[in-house]
Amino acid sequence: MSKQEKEPLLSAKNIKLLREPLGSSNPITVQVLGICSALAVTVKLKPAIVMALSVVVVLAVSNVVISLLRKSVPQRIRIIVQLVVIATMVILVDEFLRAFAFDISKQLSVFVGLIITNCIIMGRLEAFALANKPWESFLDGLGNAAGYGWILIVVAFFREFLGSGTIMDYPVMEKLGLPTIGYENNGMMILPPMALITVGIIIWVQRSKNRDLIENN
Amino acid sequence: MENLLNIFVKSIFVDNMIFAYFLGMCSYLAVSKTVKTSVGLGIAVIFVLTITVPVNYLIYNFMLKKGALSWLGSGFEDVNLSFLSFIMFIAVIASIVQLVEMIIEKFSPALYSSLGIFLPLIAVNCAILGGALFMKEREYANIAEATVFGFGSGVGWLLAIAGIAAIREKIRYSNVPPPLKGLGITFIITGLMGIAFMSFMGIKL
Repeated sequence: MSKQEKEPLLSAKNIKLLREPLGSSNPITVQVLGICSALAVTVKLKPAIVMALSVVVVLAVSNVVISLLRKSVPQRIRIIVQLVVIATMVILVDEFLRAFAFDISKQLSVFVGLIITNCIIMGRLEAFALANKPWESFLDGLGNAAGYGWILIVVAFFREFLGSGTIMDYPVMEKLGLPTIGYENNGMMILPPMALITVGIIIWVQRSKNRDLIENN
Repeated sequence: MENLLNIFVKSIFVDNMIFAYFLGMCSYLAVSKTVKTSVGLGIAVIFVLTITVPVNYLIYNFMLKKGALSWLGSGFEDVNLSFLSFIMFIAVIASIVQLVEMIIEKFSPALYSSLGIFLPLIAVNCAILGGALFMKEREYANIAEATVFGFGSGVGWLLAIAGIAAIREKIRYSNVPPPLKGLGITFIITGLMGIAFMSFMGIKL
């Protein structure tokens, strides 16, 4: 990126920045980042969507901020600067949720705060924003947060659908009349361990489609 | 005393950081390839949690909570700084980790060389910040309870990572379907271990 030529805002390279994290370099299933706060919020779809959006906001904005600061922050104190930027963003998001979506903010409880130590954010700041321009960093942030978000939403969809028989709190199974013919919700899906197993299965599906990702040891 | 024991057992088994809340999963997955290194990381986590949780407890209760500043004078009774807690907690954790690292380096080079590489990693381990946030959420009555909670959570984390590392060492010899190798099977095993740990649910001393 040393050339000063004008590049179109959505050049092929930039689109790649946006698309790769959705699939072949997905933060959760391939880079193994940010699982910490991811799985506990996937019992229901709604909190998962809110969580995904919060991460999109925090990651995109802090990527841009760090990218703007990248030339003025000394190498030695960069971690603490990054933490301060992230923590400030998370506080803003948290206060926003408390004001406009209090119920969901209660359900998410400590996990909004834990976005601070979400490894995706630190990881992207270190690996990308410190070395790239703001616009690319913004796209990289969006892409990675979206890659994180869609896994979250897929896991939440299956856990809510099979575990509580609802989608976005709408009782699908009941409307289909399944309980009357003896259908029971699988209460196991609501328990924390099933989130891990669901992610394991997503990884399985993804890697059997894309054989390059298979680990060899 | 009974109460403390109860918190201790609960934070190890029932509210296990990894199996019940998935905290610290990043380093859990990344460092659990051999038992030796994972025990090292686990001990470092116990160490840091036992120090940071009580320190954050003091800071939260005497500086940030609503009315916590009343010891400064009557004008401060309504001050509520709890919106600052995230940034305070993470600053405290980052600086304590740095401090602990320097102290260990000075006084026990042997311990430093075995823990050293893990300490910086720990500043951004979700389990540490999670410990501070759960401490705030659950409103422990005094500092002893908070300390025991921190220590117990650390022990639970060590148990989990040592367990998965031992299983991963063995599973290398098994015939896992190729797409599941590595990460996938680790997730599923963790899930199964979590189900085993669920049997502790409801234990009360």
